[in-house]
Amino acid sequence: MPMPAWLLDPLAYTFMQRGLLAAVLVGIVCALVGTFVVLRGMAFLGDALPHAILPGVAAGYLLGGGARGPVLWGSLVAAVFTALGIGALTRGARIKEDSAIGIFFAGMFALGIALISSIRSYAVDLTHFLFGNVLGVTASDLWLIGGLGALVTLTLLAFYKEFMVLSFDTRLAATLRLPTNLLENMLLVLIALTIVIALQTVGIALMVAMLVTPAATASLLTHRLHWMMTVAAGVAAFSGVAGLYLSFYASIASGAAIVLVCTACFLLAWAFQAGRARRQAAG
Amino acid sequence: MSLLERFRSLAHPGAEHVEDAPFVRLRGVRANYNGVVALEDIDFELHGGEQVAVVGPNGAGKSTLFKVIAGIHPPSRGTAQMRGSDPRGHICIAYLPQRNEVDWRFPVTVQDVVMMGRVSKLGLFRRPKAKEWAIVRECLALVNLGDLAGRQISELSGGQQQRMFIAQALAQEAELLMMDEPLNGLDAPSQDEVFKILETLKQRGVTVLVAMHDLGLAARRFDRVLLLNRRLVGFGRPPDVFTEDHLRAAYGGHLQMVETPEGTLVLNDTCCDDDPAHAH
Repeated sequence: MPMPAWLLDPLAYTFMQRGLLAAVLVGIVCALVGTFVVLRGMAFLGDALPHAILPGVAAGYLLGGGARGPVLWGSLVAAVFTALGIGALTRGARIKEDSAIGIFFAGMFALGIALISSIRSYAVDLTHFLFGNVLGVTASDLWLIGGLGALVTLTLLAFYKEFMVLSFDTRLAATLRLPTNLLENMLLVLIALTIVIALQTVGIALMVAMLVTPAATASLLTHRLHWMMTVAAGVAAFSGVAGLYLSFYASIASGAAIVLVCTACFLLAWAFQAGRARRQAAG
Repeated sequence: MSLLERFRSLAHPGAEHVEDAPFVRLRGVRANYNGVVALEDIDFELHGGEQVAVVGPNGAGKSTLFKVIAGIHPPSRGTAQMRGSDPRGHICIAYLPQRNEVDWRFPVTVQDVVMMGRVSKLGLFRRPKAKEWAIVRECLALVNLGDLAGRQISELSGGQQQRMFIAQALAQEAELLMMDEPLNGLDAPSQDEVFKILETLKQRGVTVLVAMHDLGLAARRFDRVLLLNRRLVGFGRPPDVFTEDHLRAAYGGHLQMVETPEGTLVLNDTCCDDDPAHAH
């Protein structure tokens, strides 16, 4: 069966091919990491952390004169630093976790905006960082997404059962003598790396949706962790593709389109789940 | 500890058990919790295989005592040892969560939760194979949950949830099992089920500590009781521990003794005022 023209036409453009590949890869990595973000109730961190890397992005931009490499390294350093910083601050227990995240998040974001506002044409560039531009992905970006994404995915799979125990019952992890602090820090670093590779796709402002929405959708439909991760990855990959087609035909921002499809998937799953619960209650 | 060592510790061998050392021994233990002294001058020994009820008013330090014994809350003074060494080296200690501390929507089945007990035995990078799942099935059969292995955990009743965690401790090959208020919110038949499984554990030589509120139940069901109120008030056979002096020392003004024609009735009104499962 030949594919309809409306599916094939966009593929004639290199930027669409790259964009689709990037959206699918980033979506899958975000969904896998996001499963643990959802299960551990870290959605606020998932929103805060992307914002907190802005000064890294800005510093890289300023130092590198707009080149891609320094921006990337800047965001990487800022992401890991902030993730571990929030981890250390909340373990001190003198400040509540959400307050610690809020303080770090707003302070770092403000520093980022201050740095960017010192660049003359800042309005345009800020929008780019805030909302991403998956259609501007280059071949070297794809290599980076693939490499870091593989690293994150393999680490998650290698420590799958340890992360599962840690997320389900921290005290069990402690009595089984798993290194809980190390595992928690590893998870934070994995989230930080994921944010760096997703920066180009959905940008800072919508990143939390990529981390939370596919995983939350999957949690409504599944009862085992590996299925939750599989379904979340599927939802994210589908949203990436459908979102880019939506963006292509409706001429709307690519990141926003991806997140809108994600949200629609969640609402469908929610309605399905609510309907099933009602049927069970009735019969 | 170097990073490499920390990674290796993901596959934990468990500390050696020293012959003739007391099963659990606390010496002059003081422990702080949220900046307040929760335990003071705690001295006692547990024998291997015995089952002890730990009783005392809310805030008596029962949970802190369990954490000290489990090696997840080091004492600020004194020492805690299991079989002659620091409990932090042992992987045979199970400390079951209270049911209200568990996220029951977590995407795991009953057998997944029991398998978690095998994680330190399995070691790093290893997935459970047929042999491990056979152990899990065996543990589930011991607590009469064989039929529910594939259920998502929220589908279980309160008593079944409690038994699932006991099966997890069995899968862990725990030699010391601590349970925090396992009977809270369970109806009488479910409580009986839990006691039936405690009997099985006794036959297998597992040492059990149960924190509970109901003094009568503790006296009827346990050979030894430990009465705690920050300090250790009494430890021994129930008639020797539940004396008027001891109970007054532990419960203070919250305790009322009513003389009735049948004997002394002890009313303890500290119980459960923050626990809706026990609202009267």
